[in-house]
Amino acid sequence: MATPTASSTVTPTGNTSLTVRAWRELNSDWGSDKEAFKNVPWGKAMMWIFLLSDTFIFSCFLIGYMTVRMTSTDPWPLTSDVFALEIAGQHIPLILIAIMTFILITSSGTMAMAVNYGYRGDRKKTAALMLTTAILGASFVGMQAFEWTKLIEEGVRPWGNPMGAAQFGACFFMITGFHGLHVSIGVLYLSIVAFKVWRGDYESKSMESKGMESKSAAPTDGRNYQIVEITGLYWHFVDLVWVFIFAFFYLW
Amino acid sequence: MAYAEDAEHQALHEPRSYWTRYIWSQDHKVIAIQYSLTAIVAGLVALVLSALMRMQIGFPGSLEFVDAEAYYQFMTMHGMIMVIYLLTALFLGGFGNYLIPLMVGARDMVFPYVNMLSYWTYLLSVIILLASFFVPGGPTGAGWTLYPPQAISQGTPGTDWGIVLMLVSLLVFIVAATMGGLNYVTTVLQARTHGMTLLRMPLTVWGIFSATILALLAFPALFVSGIMMLFDKVLGTSFFMPAMISMGQQLDHEGGSPILFQHLFWFFGHPEVYIVALPAFGLVSDIISVHARKNIFGYRMMVWAIIAIAVLSFVVWAHHMYVSGMNPYFGFFFATSTLIIAVPTALKVYNWVLTLWRGDVHLTVPMLFALAFILTFVTGGLTGLFLGNVIVDIPLSDTYFVVAHFHMVMGVAPILVVFGAIYHWYPKITGRMLNDTIGKLHFWITFIGTYLIYFPMHYLGFLGMPRRYYDYEGIAFIPQSAHDLNAFITVMALTVGLAQLLFVFNMFYSAFKGRPAEANPWHATSLEWLTPQTPPAHGNWGPSLPVVHRWAYDYSVPGWEQDYVPQTEPLRPGETEHTGIASDSSPLDSTDSSIAEGKP
Repeated sequence: MATPTASSTVTPTGNTSLTVRAWRELNSDWGSDKEAFKNVPWGKAMMWIFLLSDTFIFSCFLIGYMTVRMTSTDPWPLTSDVFALEIAGQHIPLILIAIMTFILITSSGTMAMAVNYGYRGDRKKTAALMLTTAILGASFVGMQAFEWTKLIEEGVRPWGNPMGAAQFGACFFMITGFHGLHVSIGVLYLSIVAFKVWRGDYESKSMESKGMESKSAAPTDGRNYQIVEITGLYWHFVDLVWVFIFAFFYLW
Repeated sequence: MAYAEDAEHQALHEPRSYWTRYIWSQDHKVIAIQYSLTAIVAGLVALVLSALMRMQIGFPGSLEFVDAEAYYQFMTMHGMIMVIYLLTALFLGGFGNYLIPLMVGARDMVFPYVNMLSYWTYLLSVIILLASFFVPGGPTGAGWTLYPPQAISQGTPGTDWGIVLMLVSLLVFIVAATMGGLNYVTTVLQARTHGMTLLRMPLTVWGIFSATILALLAFPALFVSGIMMLFDKVLGTSFFMPAMISMGQQLDHEGGSPILFQHLFWFFGHPEVYIVALPAFGLVSDIISVHARKNIFGYRMMVWAIIAIAVLSFVVWAHHMYVSGMNPYFGFFFATSTLIIAVPTALKVYNWVLTLWRGDVHLTVPMLFALAFILTFVTGGLTGLFLGNVIVDIPLSDTYFVVAHFHMVMGVAPILVVFGAIYHWYPKITGRMLNDTIGKLHFWITFIGTYLIYFPMHYLGFLGMPRRYYDYEGIAFIPQSAHDLNAFITVMALTVGLAQLLFVFNMFYSAFKGRPAEANPWHATSLEWLTPQTPPAHGNWGPSLPVVHRWAYDYSVPGWEQDYVPQTEPLRPGETEHTGIASDSSPLDSTDSSIAEGKP
């Protein structure tokens, strides 16, 4: 098909500098017809844009938390004491959070492996690794439930707590709750996709017609495991957000 | 193979019955109409509320049921509905949904099912909001900005149910806007047709696209502040609540920050102004170009101005907060950034005017509205310069000057574009023309009427008449002339309000009895006018997608037998494409050679 080229074609004149040329080429690549991101499926582009929007949500949560931590008149509870466990007579600060963080980061590893095996077209390993990721995620949520229970038993409530500033409980339940919700949705999402991978939904040629065909990844004999990567994007994002929550809420 | 190309051969969700075709429809055109009608209904509710408020201001006590509480409730609901549930929903959900796929040459939005969910979620949010009229205590009367602590303290109307429903409705709306917005952005980025480069897209698409990105990045701040305030109200947390005594009682809150809410709210609130304005800029650019039979002046400058405004709109929010008690140095920064944003905005106004200059201006109804937009927008924009400066803003801040300013710039101006755009695209949407005579009557009453409403308000503001007051009786410094002026404004407001019935009547009457429209009644160049059917059928384009060869503004090009060249028309031999750079953008001046050579 005689497709017209981009309107801003580069005119190679002798005296244009390299920078100017580079900018023009960038411009014409980006601005060319059909797609701004070449060979990126619609779902993947949409997931990236959604994650950008979600980043703003979590940023607002964290900025809000930092602000009320500054404005609150009572002292902020010492997180290393609040989040400590007595294990075998030892008082270990932040041990549960450390384990939770380790688990979540491990799950990102298994997720990355699942994406890899997906593009290799290994249906069973992909499904197994995604399921592992989901189980790790579920255990994270389980531990979070344990942590919530423990704090609630110690008298921490959204509207107040015996350790200090009322905003501590409010921020804790709001931010970890919202993040936990994200993890739970992720577990559900992973399980559904893992099940579909295992069932062989992404093996058939019919997916091509749904705009899911890939050119970039390895064997393209009709298989299409882009959805695994899209799920992975979401999962890594949830993981990354946790790192920030860990740093700003638990360690600070 | 590109995904957009793939989609060309894609079997779409084919509607099978009346229900899937018109009610649970996944077709972007049907969803657009659903969005628009819902938004217009909500807008009519808000219009009635404003009439009731004006009755109280102009003729105090004339309506018994408008007491102080009701007045504040009406004011809150009027503001919130107009800004969010009417304008945002109509520009993005209505025009965005209808025009984006048609203008970029796509068969539909990229995820039609999510698009459908977006509408139904939006409808749910409208229902939740309107339900607050029927709960004990009525809707919230906190003012549309919902500032805590008063928004959730006793003494404010609707503090039991109203505020909760308002916040829940906003959260639901944001979910709906996000689902829709993801679709619009992805469609523009990834689903354009052959030859539709980013810099061949009509400015309408650019405006709606940028506004949608703003929505996706600004609504999170409202979402978070909504959740926090809901917790303050329902769970008794103290995010926004300092220690305070209310009605003689020490409240159970302490240590929260009311200013935090203002920052979060306006971090959303200012981009929100541009979420409404940028689509209006885009639509009006296209309307002016079509009806002046001339290419838009400085197309690329217009695109970059949109992008510059979009970026800058995130760093001006605290100019709404000069009197909030924030650090005065913030005022210096935000006043500067506010004045900088006037530069790309003024550039757009100049370019509209230069587009009209020596154009073949047809004073059709859409064009009248577009011209009126330029005037009202300039009027409102100039008073923005007053309010953007800290030192001038402080005395004017809580007066009617502000009411006049924002109604002019983000009430009247975008609404005029809405009307213009409906008159312009109605033939494509319904296949019939709107009635011209009723349209012109509607235009003149609305246009002159809005000036008669809002112009005197500037004067009232200079007199120091405070806004948000229920009653001005017995305030010594307000002279009798101001009361008389208020009565005059009320009469004008009621007249303009009633005139909108003309428009509603015209819309429904013409849908059935209007003159049948040709496929391209305005002789426009952009893709939506080139569909094989009018109104466009499901899938928009028949068997294959259109192929685009030029920008959307080839009007009055010398050497062509008609005064417009559709985007699908290939370049003639020897013809060079318009790059959209201002220096070569006036075909009326280039009388000769290179283009004419192409003529057979």
